[in-house]
Amino acid sequence: MILDNIQRLGHRTLSKCAAFGRSGQILFQSIVARPAPMMMLPLLIKQIYFIGVLSLVIIVVSGAFIGMVLGLQGYTILVDYGSEQAVGQMVALSLLRELAPVVTALLFAGRAGSALTAEIGLMKATEQLASLEMIGVDPYRRIIAPRLYAGFICMPLLSMIFAVVGIWGAAVVAVDWLGIYSGAYWANMQQAVDFREDVINGLIKAVVFGFIVTWIAVYQGYDCVPTSEGISQATTRTVVYASLAVLGFDFVLTALMFGDL
Amino acid sequence: MGQDKPVVDGKALPLDDIIVEIRNMTFTRGSRKIFDDISLKIPRGKVTAIMGPSGTGKTTLLKLIGGQLRPDTGEILLDGQNIPKLNRKDLFIVRERMGMLFQSGALFTDMNVFDNIAFPIRVHTELPEVMIRDIVLMKLQAVGLRGAVSLMPSELSGGMARRVALARAISLDPDIVMYDEPFTGQDPIAMGVLVNLIKRLNQALGHTSIIVSHDIQETLSIADYIYVLSDGKIIAEGTPEMLKQQDSEQVRQFVDGLPDGPVPFHYPAPDLLDELMAGGVFK
Repeated sequence: MILDNIQRLGHRTLSKCAAFGRSGQILFQSIVARPAPMMMLPLLIKQIYFIGVLSLVIIVVSGAFIGMVLGLQGYTILVDYGSEQAVGQMVALSLLRELAPVVTALLFAGRAGSALTAEIGLMKATEQLASLEMIGVDPYRRIIAPRLYAGFICMPLLSMIFAVVGIWGAAVVAVDWLGIYSGAYWANMQQAVDFREDVINGLIKAVVFGFIVTWIAVYQGYDCVPTSEGISQATTRTVVYASLAVLGFDFVLTALMFGDL
Repeated sequence: MGQDKPVVDGKALPLDDIIVEIRNMTFTRGSRKIFDDISLKIPRGKVTAIMGPSGTGKTTLLKLIGGQLRPDTGEILLDGQNIPKLNRKDLFIVRERMGMLFQSGALFTDMNVFDNIAFPIRVHTELPEVMIRDIVLMKLQAVGLRGAVSLMPSELSGGMARRVALARAISLDPDIVMYDEPFTGQDPIAMGVLVNLIKRLNQALGHTSIIVSHDIQETLSIADYIYVLSDGKIIAEGTPEMLKQQDSEQVRQFVDGLPDGPVPFHYPAPDLLDELMAGGVFK
């Protein structure tokens, strides 16, 4: 009984190691074997549209509501201390440092990540990937690389859009509705936000999260069992693994960037 | 095996002009040995069929020839090039000489019929679009679907999708075209069309055809040479006439379509009476 459990544990550990190796191989091959620029550009633009542009609605709507909630919560807390003028500062720092990259990455994993996994998984199930190979076209180049690069490019842009819309959403609530002086809202924000410390660090987080989410999504699609159940499980795994990885890496990055370590 | 020299259309089959040769190949999947030290030769310019009951590894054999799988031991030679030993880059170059018709058609669902057939040409040549258009239309004319040039794969019937996939497989005029179960799931008309097309294209374009199938009558009607696989071994080979005269029980069961024989109807299981008498619930 104990020996069986040890054997099972060993087997699982080995298969996880093998899966990690395969995912590393996919990443390496896709980055090394990226298509020539003239071939890459149309594929990249198409993927930026599917991954980035089509995610805009959920990002803008979520950003606006999260900004509005932040403005409202910030006001109700800060007004007790007579510091409601600092709402702009609080909203901007929360969004730029944390909420924009993290929430965007979570939404990105749910919308674009799951779509990437399902699309690649279905291509595998319908033998389209095998067909590409037999035509003499490397699927890493044609299918995986453009999606990976599109993910790297879109995530930081979506995160910036999220932060901007969130700040505007908070302004609508705090300034237009609750009556905070708009000069104080914007001036406090301008004074408190440091471009390198806050904006650039937020962007670095977004780039890292974009990399993680897209990598997990394409790997899960490419490595899935090519059946309807296999694709459904791979899609679920993409959202769960990507979300957990984003939250875990967020702590590590925050500790490195702002933890004075 | 070990019979007279095979003859096709009154001429000896050119078994000395070989395009694909498999030598002592063994392939295992998990704990199951799919191929056990098999050797076979595919003659150039002919229609060679790989037949056998379901689950004998016919499609796996095509994937091994195409380099999508690697054998445990042995060689797979394409005009002297050992496919399993090629690196990824060389493998993709070799595959430009191959066309493959997948069982599902495997058309790219985000492209219409024209773009599906033009895809290999655009990737591997620098021909102008005007010329690509003409080539695509000619290939579609060959499979009788020139009128479907603008349709999306989702708008095609199963038989049409397979014919479009066939047009794509021959778009670069490959040396070898591999057909994976081309007749499965087709109605009699579509099946007749495909049988006719495979034979006519093989004669017109002069390429080598490798057909994997368990549809006996259709395959026997167009194949020049046949290998029958079972239990990881080649149990028979020869021309359709030679195969029909085989005495081997295994071959007779397959060719005559007998439900029981050396390939049992029942999957291995304990005695039915013992199992029923044991009672209990299914675990």
